[in-house]
Amino acid sequence: MGTTASQLSKESLSEYQELTFLTKQEILLAHKRFTELLEKHEKDQIDARVPMGKIITLPELKSNPFKERICRVFSTSEQKDGSLTFEDFLDLLSAFSDSATLEIKSHYAFRIFDFDDDGTLDCADLEKLVNCLTGETNDAKLSSTEMKQLISNILEESDIDKDGTVNLSEFQHVISRSPDFVSSFKIVL
Amino acid sequence: MDYNVDICETDIDYENLADGEPAQDFSFNPINEPETSTQNCPEILEMEVFKECTDVQSSRSSSTSDESLDREEISHLQRHGWSAATVKVLASMPSRTAELNKSRRVRYQASSHESPHCPRPVQGASVLADVEEINTEASNFCAAENNMDQLVSSLQGLSVHEGTRKLRAMPLSLADKIEIRKVAFSLKTESSFIGRNIPCYTHLSMYISTTWRHCLFSCLPVFSSFKLWHSALKTLSGRYGTGVLSYFLFLRTLLFLNLLLFVITGLFLIFPQAIYPPRSSKANFSGIELLTGTGYFSDSLMFYGYYSNGTLHGDQYRMPAAYFFTIGFTLFIICIILVYRLSKSFGKNFQVLKSNENLAVKVFSCWDFKVSKKISVRLQSEKISTQLKEQLSEMIKGEDKKTCMQQLRRLIVHLLAWIACLISIFLGTIGVHYLSENKFNFNFKAMLQAHNLPKDTELLVLSAVVSGINLLLPGFFNLCVWAEKYESPGTRVYVSVFRNLLLKVSVIGVLCYRWLERIPDNSTLECWESFVGQELYRLLVMDFIVTVVYTFLGEFLWRVFSQTILQKKRKPVFDIARNVLELIYGQTLTWIGVLFAPLLPAVQLIKLIVLFYMKKRSLILNCQASRKPWRATQMTTLFICILWFPSFLGTVVTIIYTVWTIKPSENCGPFRNLKTMFEGGQMSTRHLEDAHPILKWLSWVYDCLVENPVFLFLASGVFLMVIYFQAQVVDGQRKIISRLEKQIENEGKDKKFLIAKLQDLCK
Repeated sequence: MGTTASQLSKESLSEYQELTFLTKQEILLAHKRFTELLEKHEKDQIDARVPMGKIITLPELKSNPFKERICRVFSTSEQKDGSLTFEDFLDLLSAFSDSATLEIKSHYAFRIFDFDDDGTLDCADLEKLVNCLTGETNDAKLSSTEMKQLISNILEESDIDKDGTVNLSEFQHVISRSPDFVSSFKIVL
Repeated sequence: MDYNVDICETDIDYENLADGEPAQDFSFNPINEPETSTQNCPEILEMEVFKECTDVQSSRSSSTSDESLDREEISHLQRHGWSAATVKVLASMPSRTAELNKSRRVRYQASSHESPHCPRPVQGASVLADVEEINTEASNFCAAENNMDQLVSSLQGLSVHEGTRKLRAMPLSLADKIEIRKVAFSLKTESSFIGRNIPCYTHLSMYISTTWRHCLFSCLPVFSSFKLWHSALKTLSGRYGTGVLSYFLFLRTLLFLNLLLFVITGLFLIFPQAIYPPRSSKANFSGIELLTGTGYFSDSLMFYGYYSNGTLHGDQYRMPAAYFFTIGFTLFIICIILVYRLSKSFGKNFQVLKSNENLAVKVFSCWDFKVSKKISVRLQSEKISTQLKEQLSEMIKGEDKKTCMQQLRRLIVHLLAWIACLISIFLGTIGVHYLSENKFNFNFKAMLQAHNLPKDTELLVLSAVVSGINLLLPGFFNLCVWAEKYESPGTRVYVSVFRNLLLKVSVIGVLCYRWLERIPDNSTLECWESFVGQELYRLLVMDFIVTVVYTFLGEFLWRVFSQTILQKKRKPVFDIARNVLELIYGQTLTWIGVLFAPLLPAVQLIKLIVLFYMKKRSLILNCQASRKPWRATQMTTLFICILWFPSFLGTVVTIIYTVWTIKPSENCGPFRNLKTMFEGGQMSTRHLEDAHPILKWLSWVYDCLVENPVFLFLASGVFLMVIYFQAQVVDGQRKIISRLEKQIENEGKDKKFLIAKLQDLCK
């Protein structure tokens, strides 16, 4: 089961095709792009990892404020360094693909926004999220009063069981009311 | 083991509670995962309670393996000052941890199978509606020891294709999926290639659906390019906020309305008449006609007088009937479009759910991950930031209290400003009235001849004065608003919209009086309809020129002035109220003018297109986003309302009055030799009835619709009834929703209360 561009075996290809939302062409393209990021001597290894620093140089991710979160969420690395194997990379692309379901997309969106990985979006997570959205420049950043108001409003709207945090099902409930989420939660190579 | 009974009892309660979980209650939330949490709840809770009362030697070995993991979880959940134990149990509530635990176990199972991968902690098998069955089973398993095996066996119960499809829809890592799949389908691997044992039609339907989806996605950009000026509007809204955007959207709406108007009149009036011209124009073209509409233009397709009263194309096409019904039909279509727009934008403002409910949706789903260019990312951030600030500024009210003296002073300022505005409007209107009656006894003709200006230039005086008033008074209103110092930019715009509206309504009212009362009685005019049409044309053109001049000189010079001489760093703010009212004014003139000058919509079309590019350019050059951002959702509604009520309804009344009561000119136009234009419509239905007896029903319909008021009353009665019922239904739904929300909240409280009780019992 060699994994260089020419050698992605037929079995693993069809396996990937069955288990992700990607088409054959997309998988092959992903493989090509992924091997470009690998060091020369790693190209023959099956589970070679690309460090996060390299992944986020991809033009599709480079300007995305959530790039590091995305890497961390999809990484299976034990060191939690956000490095990706090829399969992780496919997972990432599958979740962001055209045909992925709302369920999958909202699930991963929730985990990307959950900055401290504690399974809920609390005030600190929301604040970080909003700062990522508005950018860090002084002009665009919300003032502290605005931020406070915004967070209390978000919690008021989405925190249905009033425990002070937004959990996954509450998050998915909010998302289900947004018609354009599925079309905006996409990254195409 | 004494607690066991209690626990079982509470389990039932929790199950009920979980049934009332928010996310599962709303029927408009089709793709959710009701069953996962529900099914999960009792067992997990049970487990945690067992752990609390540690003396119970749990027969379930799984709980011990989980403990170390849960510990790190708990530290995050020390909130709200609840006891650590309560927090711990809360942390294991269905909505919270079900998924975490589940996946964690899957993961451990996977690694215990000596998987070569090191799977990450995944949050769990969540779920499509059609994956429900698996999940109910799967989530049940997660508390049990060998959940992986059972997950596998549940997958085995399905066909390979189905199983793979469901596995694909689970948010597990690819490594986990491969592992599960290997175990689940090891027996059937031979047939595991996609579609091996699937009936042909499933294959076909899948193929069709994918093709359709691909088609749709490739068509989407095409559709969006049909939306005129899409990207330009996007840039503008990102930079200047929704207030300015609403102006441009409104402009686009008007453009489409005029296009429709032009297409209909063009097809049924202008085109047939152009093929069979009654006579050729003799006058020379000298250029000034472009401004005045006289001379060469007066005897052209542009104006009413040119259209013949006979039949075209043999005996087939009766021009008076075409004229009458085309105008009526276009007004009817526009009426329907406006009512539709109105209801839609009202619907946006008065939703069943609270209207500010979209902050969370906005924050959670506004980021477009496709955007990858640095500039676009910055633009997107800018846009989100502006929108959030707009929405928040409505909520954060200025809380500074004013003293009594200050309030009194403010009241006096407001009063003075209003008086000044009303007086100026009154003076302007009176001025227009006297000028139109020519009571100043001013001999323009003699003056013009003395200065050797081309003839007909005196006709331009009235339109120039009207446009001048429309240009200067809004400036004065702005001065008043500036002196009044309104807190919120919303109120500021509303006030100036109202003042501008008052001005335009009174000016147009005076002019209508002139057109409908004075000019038809004037026996010196050969064709009064054409004269009115020309006057409307002049007003429209003059208004356009004044707007251009204002944009170039006014906005540009003001920017230069304020930046260099006043040394202000900020550029001026785009004046939405004034610009929108100018658009509405122009549109009203066009609508009134359609009867007298069928080509007027074309003029308005050109005007609007030029205006769009000019205003956009000027905006980017000379203006700046408002410092106090504010949202303009209600703004669009207001604009459409104004367009509907004074503007369109006023036009309809004017036109109906003209058609019904005023005697048309005797020597020109399609309705010559008739008492009223309405008679032309009546006559043509009689003709139709005589010529084609089969079409008798058509004239009967006409009788019912137009001549019989009972039908109109009935129709509007039914309409009102429908509106009433709809309003009642919405009201009821709102009540139900608030009640359900209350219920959920209460159940959340119950949950906490019961958990606290349980903790006490355990201690």
